[in-house]
Amino acid sequence: MAEILVLVDHVDGSVKKVTLELLTLARALGEPSAVFVGGGIDTAAATLAEYGAANIYVADAPEMTDYVVAPKAELLAQLVAEKAPAAVLLTSTAEGKEIAGRLAVKTNSGVITDAVGISADLVATQSIFGGSTIVSSKVTTGTPIITVRPNSTAPEAAPAAGARTDVSVSLSDTATAAKVVDRVEEEKGARPELTEAAIVVSGGRGVGGPEGFEVIERLADSLGAAVGASRAATDAGWYPHQYQVGQTGKTVSPQLYVANGISGAIQHRAGMQTSKTIVVVNKDPEAPIFELADYGVVGDLFTVVPQLTDEIGKRKG
Amino acid sequence: MRWRGNPPKEVDRRMKIVVCVKQVPDTWSEKKLDPATKTLDRASVDGVMNELDEYAVEEALKIAEATSGEVTVLSMGPEQSTETIRKALSMGADAGIHILDDALAGSDAVATSLAIAKVLEGRGADLIIFGSESTDARMSVVPAMVAERLGVAQLTFANNVEAPGDGSVKIHRLTDYGYDVVEASTPAVISVVEKINEPRYPSFKGIMAAKKKPVETVSVADAGIEPAAVGLGAAWSEVAEFAAAPPRAAGTVVTDEGDGGVKIADYLSEQKFI
Repeated sequence: MAEILVLVDHVDGSVKKVTLELLTLARALGEPSAVFVGGGIDTAAATLAEYGAANIYVADAPEMTDYVVAPKAELLAQLVAEKAPAAVLLTSTAEGKEIAGRLAVKTNSGVITDAVGISADLVATQSIFGGSTIVSSKVTTGTPIITVRPNSTAPEAAPAAGARTDVSVSLSDTATAAKVVDRVEEEKGARPELTEAAIVVSGGRGVGGPEGFEVIERLADSLGAAVGASRAATDAGWYPHQYQVGQTGKTVSPQLYVANGISGAIQHRAGMQTSKTIVVVNKDPEAPIFELADYGVVGDLFTVVPQLTDEIGKRKG
Repeated sequence: MRWRGNPPKEVDRRMKIVVCVKQVPDTWSEKKLDPATKTLDRASVDGVMNELDEYAVEEALKIAEATSGEVTVLSMGPEQSTETIRKALSMGADAGIHILDDALAGSDAVATSLAIAKVLEGRGADLIIFGSESTDARMSVVPAMVAERLGVAQLTFANNVEAPGDGSVKIHRLTDYGYDVVEASTPAVISVVEKINEPRYPSFKGIMAAKKKPVETVSVADAGIEPAAVGLGAAWSEVAEFAAAPPRAAGTVVTDEGDGGVKIADYLSEQKFI
């Protein structure tokens, strides 16, 4: 069966859920092989095998992660040349897309980013123009390189061999041109990563100020959700910019999106319209966000949201 | 393909900066795909400078001002892209390059990066600055691809840039967990994120001055690009089909009568979220 390379997204060997989604998708296309870069393979190996990786290619030399993006593209280009896979799948993060872009140039291949699905004949589905148009695309030259958005499928276990092979790459001067000299972790607490979260709770202009976001955060924590914000809220400085959902911010596609005090300008819709279920709280019944709502309440978020938070607490016991 | 520019000498702090900008449909306009070419119908919508590129122009101008450098604005696109080039010139860029050729229409990211890299080759830019994404295609891959093609450092998703003009560049690259501090030597490709700076508005004087600034038009042949390597026919991925997204099924909207929170909890229970 054709080999499908899946670049693993992980933190020190703790494999991100999106990688399990990619392995699940890859099994419908061929036989998945995981490509693992950096430290922590002993932690990751069992999980990767459990979700269907027949092979695991490991590149754990320090220089693989000491430089920006390019070493991973060189590793994948080498594996593409050696293994002639039917496709390469990566996560549709900023870095995943950049690796894909460089790999496409290196291997003379077409690249598709931000796929939300892939069919068995490698036709990728994308949702574009803020979710208003669905496009089916296919790579016609070289090895299809496709980046897939988180939450595109539900991960399913299907144990495979997970045979480990160590891979070394002699990096070019170009690959070592941009050196990471420090990694700065900013406090983000225990909440899940915004783009990966199954549930996202967001606040907008209606939240009224930075203190209003405490209400949003309490609801998020009751649901185990990530917190997002509209551009109006981040522009006003009420919530940090990296949590902005929308065009020029993050694109999310969670199982559940709860929009509080957000009017639903196209700017925002572009970043959340593909969410599976959308719940809206807004005091303006004319707010365009209600057009997207599976369930909406016209009311003051400062009474509705705390009541909802309490109710969830009760029901979860 | 290797970079053939000269590295700046220590005595020469004047940075040569190229800032790459794209004309995109206004965010507020309705975007459509052309049924014949399955590419964005650019003729039917108002064009504006890609918002994130305004931050790129501002960053280029700031670095140039601090190093007595010069800024060239580069854009690839149809005739009307001159509006976007003029805007950058009116903000203060010194000169423009317009990659203009019917053969380029429908180019994908791979071909776009090829054209930009070919035009930049041999021009000796110390820094090539992009916005981190365009608001139409939203792929965010062209800067990385141009760095790959030119064989220079990739310093992308920067929310802080230090380029003092001594041949070193340092950025803060945004990540999921915070940021990476990344160092390189020039030449380098940079992409900047929103909020890195406050883009200036063109002044009246700037607008008048922009009219006299030189804009060089470069064709595919001028840049030594094989016409077959760019444009829709050369795209390495193709759109098989497209359709309007199915409208979301109309949901339930209720007015809060003191139990709005409980009602949402009921809905979330039904949907098995709690």
